[in-house]
Amino acid sequence: MSATLPRTRFDVVPLALVPALALAAWPLVGTSSTWLTLTVAGLAMGMIVFIVASGLTLVFGLMDVLNFGHGVFIAFGAFIATSVLGGLADWTGADSLWLNLAALLPAMLAAMALAAAVGWAFERVLVRPVYGQHLKQILITMGGMIIGEELIKAIWGPALVPLSLPAALRGVLALGDASVEKFRLLATGLGALVLVAMLYLLNRTKLGLLVRAGVQDREMVESLGYPIRRLFVGVFVAGSALAGLGGALWALYQQGVVPQIGAQLNVLIFIVIIIGGLGSTLGCLAGALLVGLLANYTGFLWPKLALFSNIGLMVLVLLWRPRGLYPVTSR
Amino acid sequence: MIARLLSHDLPRSRVLAVLLVLIVLGLAVAPLVFPGTKALNVAAKVLVFIVLVASFDLLLGYTGIVSFAHTMFFGIGAYGIAIASTQLGPGWGALAVGVAAALAASLLLSLLIGLFGLRVKAIFFAMITLAVASAFLTLASQLSEWTGGEDGLSFRLPEALADRRASYWLLFACATLLVLAMLRIVNSPFGRVLQAIRENEFRAEAIGYRTVVYRTLGNVLSALFATLAGCLLALWLRYNGPDTSLSFEIMLDVLLIVVIGGMGTVYGAVVGSLLFVLAQSYLQDLMKLAAPAVDGVPLLSTLISPERWLLWLGVLFVLSVYHFPNGIVGRLRAMKTSQSAHHIKKETSP
Repeated sequence: MSATLPRTRFDVVPLALVPALALAAWPLVGTSSTWLTLTVAGLAMGMIVFIVASGLTLVFGLMDVLNFGHGVFIAFGAFIATSVLGGLADWTGADSLWLNLAALLPAMLAAMALAAAVGWAFERVLVRPVYGQHLKQILITMGGMIIGEELIKAIWGPALVPLSLPAALRGVLALGDASVEKFRLLATGLGALVLVAMLYLLNRTKLGLLVRAGVQDREMVESLGYPIRRLFVGVFVAGSALAGLGGALWALYQQGVVPQIGAQLNVLIFIVIIIGGLGSTLGCLAGALLVGLLANYTGFLWPKLALFSNIGLMVLVLLWRPRGLYPVTSR
Repeated sequence: MIARLLSHDLPRSRVLAVLLVLIVLGLAVAPLVFPGTKALNVAAKVLVFIVLVASFDLLLGYTGIVSFAHTMFFGIGAYGIAIASTQLGPGWGALAVGVAAALAASLLLSLLIGLFGLRVKAIFFAMITLAVASAFLTLASQLSEWTGGEDGLSFRLPEALADRRASYWLLFACATLLVLAMLRIVNSPFGRVLQAIRENEFRAEAIGYRTVVYRTLGNVLSALFATLAGCLLALWLRYNGPDTSLSFEIMLDVLLIVVIGGMGTVYGAVVGSLLFVLAQSYLQDLMKLAAPAVDGVPLLSTLISPERWLLWLGVLFVLSVYHFPNGIVGRLRAMKTSQSAHHIKKETSP
């Protein structure tokens, strides 16, 4: 007897919104070359935001913990990357793509490692005692955010630290009439890489199966004998590492970093995970890309409105689907 | 008489009672006792913060809702006075229009946020308010014809308020009235329902209270009091800009004060605000004095440098969330009950 599990139909509408938005913007922007530039910029921004936010949404889905201090990991990643790149100034200044990339790699690895370590300590010291108590979680993680930001100010100083892109990544690449910033292409590529790795891990490995099952129904996974707590710590640390990587990319994207970067990005990533549906990875991707694209299109078409594009998008999505693009069933 | 004024919600701790009396007396006579502009400014800031923090306590401590949009209402109050006084010229009419318009705006906005946001989970509400508040901050700095943008607005007030002492005492009277009104609210049957919802929402609903209505009302009330606190701030400073009333730093300060002072006890706002504002204004001077002692030690000297005092406050905040959820006030009250329990035990033991 070959009893197959009934497959649920995959809901493509939210993901289809991303190309739909891009196509809808085409006639509004007018020229194709400008449109291409804006689209790549938007995708790059969306990918970075996705890298940053994916860990947060998984942590929430798995353990029902919302980390208001997620921004601290971003900030630590950004600052450590700045320091490493500053130390490797010879390589980043050199006019060779390979030397530049060789400088970027340790910077990003260091950012991920430090953010992971901070995340581990954060979970251990701050979050662990307050599982299941939402009010305290919000307060405690906010407190962690304040402490982290002050520590960063103590170590790196309160002022903006400028960061210049490696020589070979500066400037633009001409694609026909369109000019695309090189770094944005790199960021998009890197984001796609992270996305593929993550989708593979989540959908094709046993570990991923357990994580997804934990998001759906934690108690069931626990009662089958899997150490959900350890799994959760792993996801928390991995999410922090991704936030650190995202912070490094964001610092390069903005070409500078301030201690308040965490608090600033927090608002953005909250909007993204609310749009996507709390706990949903795919929703997080769709939300991040929509936010990135919309920010760039409105920034070109109606600069004043661009400042409110995120929140407008959130309101629209919530009116359409009150629990986000991909609601997670158990919550 | 005093019990009625305090709505029968007495300090319930001798130390706390003495402390409160000292604070109230000290603030009342501040213009006579402490000379100098800085001292008076600090005292006025304490008054404004007491009202603002108590109004946040109404939300966080009594209703159990975390909102990050509280400074938005604070800012609406301050901008109400500022914009009305700039557009209509100095005068009592302008003040009245400003306060009324600010209250109306806050009422509408908090009602909207409450009706949309409070149906969902606490975490959702916290995130949505964070997003709304940041959008409002951007809006305020963008509408520069009205709000003066990043520079803010300086404006003049009626002649009668030119005297700093007179306006200080006006502030004092308003703040006292507002705090007493809030005490009245939290000790009314309505306030009890809010606390019941905080403790067990499901059960409160099962008894027959419409929790959404009560929580929305709590949200609106707290927003209105925050608006009035903003009006007081603008009255004192005669200036308002995004950084003075809307910034996220103030929101964090308010959060720190409520938790350290004591959630769910209006008195916590009084004690906490005084300690916080005093620390903010004078602790840095004190730490500057201590700085030379650790000048040689590399990491320690940066960590306890005067600019980093918020770090230690953050640590204190985290510790108080874990260990004294009712803050300073709860601590003082617990001390008293454990003492009296001890006392009773001693009396009955022989």
